[in-house]
Amino acid sequence: MQYLKETPSQTAGPYVHIGLAPKAAGFDIFKQELGWDIAGPNAKGERIRVEGCVYDGTGAPIKDVMLETWQANTDGHYAHSEDGRAVEDGFRGWGRVITDFETGLWGFDTVKPGATPGRNGTTQAPHINLWIVARGINVGLNTRIYFDDCDNSNDPVLNLIEQTHRRQTLIANRTEDSKGVTYRFDIHIQGTGETVFLDI
Amino acid sequence: MKPAEYYMRDRKRHAPALTPTYKTSVTRSPQYALLSLENSLSEITGPTFSHNDIDALDNDLIKNYSHGGDPIGERIIVHGRVLDENARPVPNTLVEIWQANAGGRYRHKKDTYLAPIDPNFGGCGRTMTDADGYYYFRTVKPGAYPWRNWVNDWRPAHIHVSIFGAAFAQRLITQLYFEGDPLIAGCPIVQTLPDADAIDQLVAKLDRNATIPLDSIAYRFDIVLRGRRSTMFENRLEGN
Repeated sequence: MQYLKETPSQTAGPYVHIGLAPKAAGFDIFKQELGWDIAGPNAKGERIRVEGCVYDGTGAPIKDVMLETWQANTDGHYAHSEDGRAVEDGFRGWGRVITDFETGLWGFDTVKPGATPGRNGTTQAPHINLWIVARGINVGLNTRIYFDDCDNSNDPVLNLIEQTHRRQTLIANRTEDSKGVTYRFDIHIQGTGETVFLDI
Repeated sequence: MKPAEYYMRDRKRHAPALTPTYKTSVTRSPQYALLSLENSLSEITGPTFSHNDIDALDNDLIKNYSHGGDPIGERIIVHGRVLDENARPVPNTLVEIWQANAGGRYRHKKDTYLAPIDPNFGGCGRTMTDADGYYYFRTVKPGAYPWRNWVNDWRPAHIHVSIFGAAFAQRLITQLYFEGDPLIAGCPIVQTLPDADAIDQLVAKLDRNATIPLDSIAYRFDIVLRGRRSTMFENRLEGN
């Protein structure tokens, strides 16, 4: 049986911003850049910020990384025809996030997602799907952000991680102050505390 | 349509994470195995875009950053279809590109190569595939440029390509090279790919029929995203 083969991936390189976030590269070209407004103005639910840093195998922050986020709304509905359930007008659930070139810190504003259906009648704990590309990463890395104030004990994906202590690498830590709710989610590409990456 | 899973990504055809001749990968490659998941709703859905998200001129890199003139360089057309592994077209999906100018210089505040910025060239574009999965860009051919890896490494002329597909599981970024470029064989990034056939899939072919006489040379570049089983799996994907 003859099938086509998937086009092989190549690194996004250091200048990914030119194509996908040109203002960060230093110029203004498109009427609108995509991916900066994840939830839109009408989304229900808790407004949150997620911040973090991506570290390389030496422990240094990676300053040229790009992350894309994909999440359900507060009711656990994805804005996609194969989900089919309603989302708020303007809710896309997708974001494009780049780091500060000096510090490597990144952050994005969204609403906290709801639980989503898993396979075989299971329920997936609230999570944000992440895709990470950068110079030196040959194939984009997938992972998930879960939340430390949710019940993650029955999540079918977290429970697949054999070394139970590594499940913590997918769980963001909540803090609250006068500015609002922030979750911290650091990603370790390699080595001690290496984040669990997913082959989806 | 009933939900069905995407075919498992063939990791043998992609580069491994650790490719020491491409030095940056050494500290940016996970050491532990990826955790393989069966698809859930989180993977078979993904962002969708419409023509409202982009401008009609966004796919014309000769005009989309014009400051009173056209960019220097060979005028080229890059076109093709986005298909899945079942050879079905992927319609209405966003394709984005970025590239160096004809001298091999990127319009990026972190690029310090001595070749000059072109005042009329931004170096990025985007478009939506049509109902047949077809896409089209007009640009100038990017130049080769040196980069710090081994001391005398040169990137072959290339265009970065980003494609969404219909699901987060299909998301892909890759690079397009040009048929006949002698730098391809010695490029440590190209050579991260273990399979000669996979490398050939990244080489856009000269397309004489699509060339516009006295105007622009055309290159054909078809893109293949992961395919999908046509039958629903036994276990229901959704809850209840």
